[in-house]
Amino acid sequence: MKQMNREVVTNKMNRRLKMNTLAKWIFFGITLLILCILVILLVRIFSQGMAYFDWHFLTNFASRRAENAGILGPLVGSLMLMVVVIPIALILGIGTAIYLEEYAKKNWFTHFIETNIQNLAGVPSIVFGLLGLTIFVNVFGMGPSILAGGLTLALLVLPIIVVTAQEAIRAVPNHLAHASLGLGATKWQTIQKVILPSALPGILTGSILALSRAIGETAPLIVVGALVFVNYLPSGFMDGFAAIPIQIYNWTIRPQEEFQQLAAAGIILMLILLIVLNATAVWLRNKLNRKQQ
Amino acid sequence: MQAVQVKINQKMAFENTTDSGNETKAARIVFHTKDLNLWYGADHALKNLNLNIYENEVTAIIGPSGCGKSTYLKTLNRMNDLISSVRITGDVHYRGRNIFDPTYHVEELRTSVGMVFQKPNPFPKSIYENIVYGPKLHGIKNKKILDEIVERSLRGAALFDEVKDRLKENAYGLSGGQQQRLCIARALAIEPDVILMDEPTSALDPISTLKIEELMQSLKQEYSIVIVTHNMQQAARISDRTAFFLNGECIEYDVTDTIFYRPSNQKTEEYITGRFG
Repeated sequence: MKQMNREVVTNKMNRRLKMNTLAKWIFFGITLLILCILVILLVRIFSQGMAYFDWHFLTNFASRRAENAGILGPLVGSLMLMVVVIPIALILGIGTAIYLEEYAKKNWFTHFIETNIQNLAGVPSIVFGLLGLTIFVNVFGMGPSILAGGLTLALLVLPIIVVTAQEAIRAVPNHLAHASLGLGATKWQTIQKVILPSALPGILTGSILALSRAIGETAPLIVVGALVFVNYLPSGFMDGFAAIPIQIYNWTIRPQEEFQQLAAAGIILMLILLIVLNATAVWLRNKLNRKQQ
Repeated sequence: MQAVQVKINQKMAFENTTDSGNETKAARIVFHTKDLNLWYGADHALKNLNLNIYENEVTAIIGPSGCGKSTYLKTLNRMNDLISSVRITGDVHYRGRNIFDPTYHVEELRTSVGMVFQKPNPFPKSIYENIVYGPKLHGIKNKKILDEIVERSLRGAALFDEVKDRLKENAYGLSGGQQQRLCIARALAIEPDVILMDEPTSALDPISTLKIEELMQSLKQEYSIVIVTHNMQQAARISDRTAFFLNGECIEYDVTDTIFYRPSNQKTEEYITGRFG
């Protein structure tokens, strides 16, 4: 009659509870392992690089002699690349996401486009480099310039921005949009005043992830023709350029110990840039959230 | 008896309109629905509806789940347009204008026909910003006028005294019943002609429900109200006319007392007495 045998339940109870505790410790261990790796990485970089990371390092050009070498050229190059990447990637990425989520009819063609954008996010960055070389450098005749490099990086991170922005827009509850439309708002007013403000934190998070990736990319810039040694500042967006990750790569392949330390100093600079980028996003997000409330 | 009741009602209606001006009797009809059919894909959700909604009345639509009552309500301000598989035949006239006419912009229609939804859905903004959202959409920028609109709307929704000291606070801090009255106030802010209410009290406690029911009685002096409700007692308490829907058809539509005490259709009687539904 009874299908639950109390005796069996009691016998199994002990084992189940043990598994429960075990699962907790396994996941704790995994997290600890990752943390350890991160700490080792940071300690190594800082102990190697701090000796060279000073004002001199930030304000001097590259040099064949390690004690004179600085990162000014690549730093300015990377910042100027970001000036190209940020507006282009954000405008095109968020614009595409808005169109796909809010305007496009949900048919096989839209689905086909969405699938392809998701696949693009997985394409190796060097392929984007080749695309940039063919289209921006050669066909459009931009040469190996900051503009060509920036456009290539923008293309590279575009799929990530589109996909994360789409998800953020999709996560805005429908009932908010209905409330707005029910008051006689047009679709654009609803997107502008209700959907985008609610989706903004999510869009920002995705965009920062994407831009962090752009600032650290090396391969596509090498293909596009970035310089490895500059001792001048670019005077405009059509000039040749170096970038921090390329400089780091260039230093690490030198045999001398001093250049290894310079590379570590370059990595510290890069980490600082990433932290600034992330902090700006967090600050912006909190500010916008507060404004909305 | 039934005929007499209708006649009395029509007579009163006629007197009402002569009071307010020289409109004809036909002008009292707010919504005129003619042979309305609606499909969700292959699902025939509304079948040959023919009914009129009258001015300054509360019209209740009752019926079991899935009978099409919410669908009909959402047709009146074309919220169904948001569902891509919807197909509609027949006509709905709002104050003599066909709402499906391509030259009649849905934004314009929704400015006259406001809506209150089943779940309170304030924006994640302050109470003040929630109310002025509609007026701002339509271009009102003057701070003094906006302030007046906020007070008038909140008073209209019997919420002003409860929130007057915290207009700048987030609307999510209000209780469910207050949020729903805020949504009503938000609808009042654009001075609509009709207010559609889709089960507005189904997510609320009895006291909040009572407040909203009382509110509707005062609102119908100025507005025409169409309410979809699961709650038959509510329909009996608050409405002037009741339509009973079943499987996408309007089985019976009459003055509320007639529907509840002398229904002419057996199905209506069975539903009202609780034999199914």
